[in-house]
Order: sequence, then structure tokens, then C-alpha cells
Amino acid sequence: MKKILLVPVALLLSVLPAFAEEAVLDTGDTAWIIVATALVMMMTPAGLALFYGGMSRSKNLLNTYAMTFAAYCLASLVWVCWGYTLAFGPDKGGIIGGLDHLFLNGIGIDTLSGTIPASVFALFQLTFAGITVALVLGSVVDRMKFSAWLVFCLLWLTFVYSPVAHWVWGGGWMAEMGALDFAGGNVVHINAGIAGLVLALMLGKREGYGKEAMFPSSVSLTALGAALLWFGWFGFNAGSALGANGLAGSAFLVTNTSAAMAGMAWMFAEWIVSKRPTLLGLASGVVAGLVAITPAAGFVNLPASLVIGLVAGVLGFYSVAVLKHKLGYDDSLDAFGVHGVCGIWGALATGLFANPVISGASGLLYGNPGQLWIQAISIVATIAFTAVATLIIVYVTRLITGGLRVSREDEMMGLDNAIHGERAFELD
Amino acid sequence: MKKIEAIIKPFKLDDVKNALNELGIQGMTVTEVKGYGRQKGHTEIYRGAEYVVDFVPKIKLEVVVAAEMTDKVVDAIAQSALTGKVGDGKIFVMPVEQAVRVRTGEKGKDAI
Repeated sequence: MKKILLVPVALLLSVLPAFAEEAVLDTGDTAWIIVATALVMMMTPAGLALFYGGMSRSKNLLNTYAMTFAAYCLASLVWVCWGYTLAFGPDKGGIIGGLDHLFLNGIGIDTLSGTIPASVFALFQLTFAGITVALVLGSVVDRMKFSAWLVFCLLWLTFVYSPVAHWVWGGGWMAEMGALDFAGGNVVHINAGIAGLVLALMLGKREGYGKEAMFPSSVSLTALGAALLWFGWFGFNAGSALGANGLAGSAFLVTNTSAAMAGMAWMFAEWIVSKRPTLLGLASGVVAGLVAITPAAGFVNLPASLVIGLVAGVLGFYSVAVLKHKLGYDDSLDAFGVHGVCGIWGALATGLFANPVISGASGLLYGNPGQLWIQAISIVATIAFTAVATLIIVYVTRLITGGLRVSREDEMMGLDNAIHGERAFELD
Repeated sequence: MKKIEAIIKPFKLDDVKNALNELGIQGMTVTEVKGYGRQKGHTEIYRGAEYVVDFVPKIKLEVVVAAEMTDKVVDAIAQSALTGKVGDGKIFVMPVEQAVRVRTGEKGKDAI
């Protein structure tokens, strides 16, 4: 009798270990990440488009909006065709992913990424690619050819975003090095901020910059956009926990805190320096705080987020209201001033405040000064790569579209009319 | 016939309209305009960029009256538009050569 039972038991025992290691789909995680993806998606054609559109001059509002909208659409296509595989395909030398998942080949209904469907993970990452490239346009509103923007997006997503995403999140060399970037300090904000600066310097300043008054079309739209960004950012940061769990809850908490703190900090800084607490400042401060907490969201605790937000608000105000005017470049809507500068602060702050209790990583304040050094290296490497790669892409784009910048007449007339043949408002 | 053109502060429009109605003036044309005289503009600030806005919003009110009514109308406007502060506005009077009521074809004083 015993011998007969031994065979099935042996079979069972040999199979069990394999079962124990294989990931299983978790419906809670999946539901949350699907929602988080939708939240982040909204950040681009709604949040960012309104945030930027409201700050553009009214004759260019639709153009700014269209550039943002189109950037998201292009990212949606590039990503599922070749972007995802370049970023998250099997690692090749720490630099780039293989083409195994070209056109999402190999990702079926049941393919998992951790505890969620791989298709959901891919789409979640898509929304990050979308907003990153859209952020870049903030530096160059009012003067870029629409065709040049579309070509730029295509090239930039392929040759800049995907590689950097691979380095940090796709198992590339920065991940190997131990760089901490929870939801996109390097990949999103520093990346876009630097690219924006390069593009702004290559395009040149707007006609009349520094002399003419350039009024935002609607601070109300900008404030609404900022609120939508804040709402969506919960998907951005808490969603980057890739699960419906305590870590997501922690990221959620520090995200809201940093945003609110930075909003107040910018507002008070402006109140003191310029004598007025502007709504634009309050909204901008909130975004600065959200940017700064992005790389840190899953690594720091509540008190740290208060400090991160405070510094982000003051730093953002300084770099936008003081530094930019001193240095004289026309980073029109402060993609570098807010995303670049506050992204750098956030990435460094992660190296300071990373608390092992949150997700195992330690920063300088918890006895690991080496982390700060690693963060610094990752920041410098991102800046260097993005600057050079963006520059090359600018030259290629110029060749393809015969110039980046619109004609002087078009710039004067306004791009809504000149490029799109439309008007933002029909006012009596 | 005379045309009376008055530049007034926007929030005074209702007072002026009521004063003219009491005089029997039944119609007028109103436009939103911008201007400045001795009243200074204001500053607006956007992310550290401070702009001086010289022009202040005003209302231009135009009414055509029989010549005999001119002084009464001018006084009514001046009194009802007054606040005593800089920027109260100005009133101009100019001659009108002809007036026509479109619906009936009436001309001259019958048209106003």
C-alpha cells in the first residue's frame, strides 16, 4: 500500500516548489493599477494641457494644447510599437532592452508582470512616456513648428525616453548601481527639464521676450490644470508601488503632503518677495512639490516629505522668478525651472531621506551616505545623455522639417491662427 | 442735434442710465473701452515677471439729443458719474448733421 502512495506524493512534492515561486494575478493590484493608469493618462491631455495652455498667450493657447494632446497620442503609438520593448525588453548590456516585445509580441492575455497583467504594466508605463515628452514643450511654446514638434516627439521617445527608462526601471545600469527613482525623478522630470532647456536654447527666445508683456491666457485654466495634475499624480506615485498595498498608501500620503507644502512655500515666498500671493504661484508651487516627491515617494516618510515640499516650493520660486531672468534664457513655461530643478532636488533628497522602514533603501540620514553619491551620479548621467541626445535629435528634426521655428509673421499673428486656423475663444 | 460722448467708470453706468431715463432720454449706445488720463494703471505679476498695465477699463456712452437738451443732459451725466476720485472721466459734445430712424424713415429731431 505504501509504495502505491509514494508515487503521487513524490509527484506532488516535486511540483509544489515551482508553484510557490510563480507570481499569481492579484485582482486588487490589477484593479488599482488600471485605475492608476487612467489617472496618469488624464494628466497629459487634460492636466498638463490646461496647465500649460492657461499660461500661454491667448493667441497660442490651442497650439500649446494641441502639442500636448498630440504628444500623448504619439507616445501611445510609439510605446506599443517599439518603446516598451526598448525600455522593458530583456536587458542588453545595461543600456537598452531587446526587441523581443516589438509590437508587444509575447504579451498575451495571461502574461503577468509581477501580480498584474503585463498589458496593464505596459500601459501604465505608456502614460509615463506620454507625459514626459509632453513636459518638454513647456520650454518652447509660442514659436515651434507643429510638424517639427511631431517629429521631435517620435525621435525623442525612441532615442531618449526609452533608454533612460530602461536604465532606471528596465533593469539597466542605473538600477544595477542602486539608483533610487520611485516614480520618475530621472526618467520623467530631469529628463524632460533638460530636454526642454536644450530645445529652448536651440529655438531661441520669443520675439519681444523681456520687453513685451506676455500675459497668460487664463490663470483659471492653469489652476484647474494643476488640480487635475495633483489628482492624477496619485496614480503616478502611489501607482508606482505596482500594487494595492501599504507602500502605495505611504507614497499616496507623502505625495499629497509635499504638494500642499510646496504650494504654501511658493505662495509665501512670492508674498514676501513680490508682495503678492498669486494663484499662479500657488498652483506652480503645488506642481513643484509633486515633481520633487516623485523620485522619493516610495522611500521617504511623512516628515521628510514636509522638508522636500518646503524646499521644492522655495527653490521653484527662486529658479523661475529670479534665476531665469538673471540668466536670460526663454524657458517659456519653466519646464526646466520647475521639472528640471525640482526633479534634481527630489532625486538628491531621495539620497538623503530614504528610510529603510519604508521600502528597504537607506539614504544618508539613515547611515548610508553612499546613496547620495549614487543619486548624484545618476542625475549627472541623465543630464549628460539627455542634453547630447536631445541636441542630436534637434539637428535631425531640423533637417527633416526644414527648420524648427515658425516664421516671424506667424509668431506675431499667433499660432492658433497661423498653424491651426482656429481661435481659442469666441468672445463678443 | 448734438452728440454727447461720455467716458465714465464702468460701475457708474447704472447711475448715469437712470439719470438720463429720468430726463426722458430713452436710448443710448454703450461701448467697453480702455484708456487712461491721470489715473494710473496697475501692475500684474506672473511668476516673477511684473507687467505695468497702463490702460484702465472704462465705458464710453454715446447719446444724441436735441440741441436744447444738451446742457441738462451733460449736467445729469456729470453728476451721476461723479465719485470725486481720479479717473471719473470726461464728457464731449459734438454737432450732429443728420439722424434717421431706420424703421420709419423719420429724419431730424423726429428720429432721436
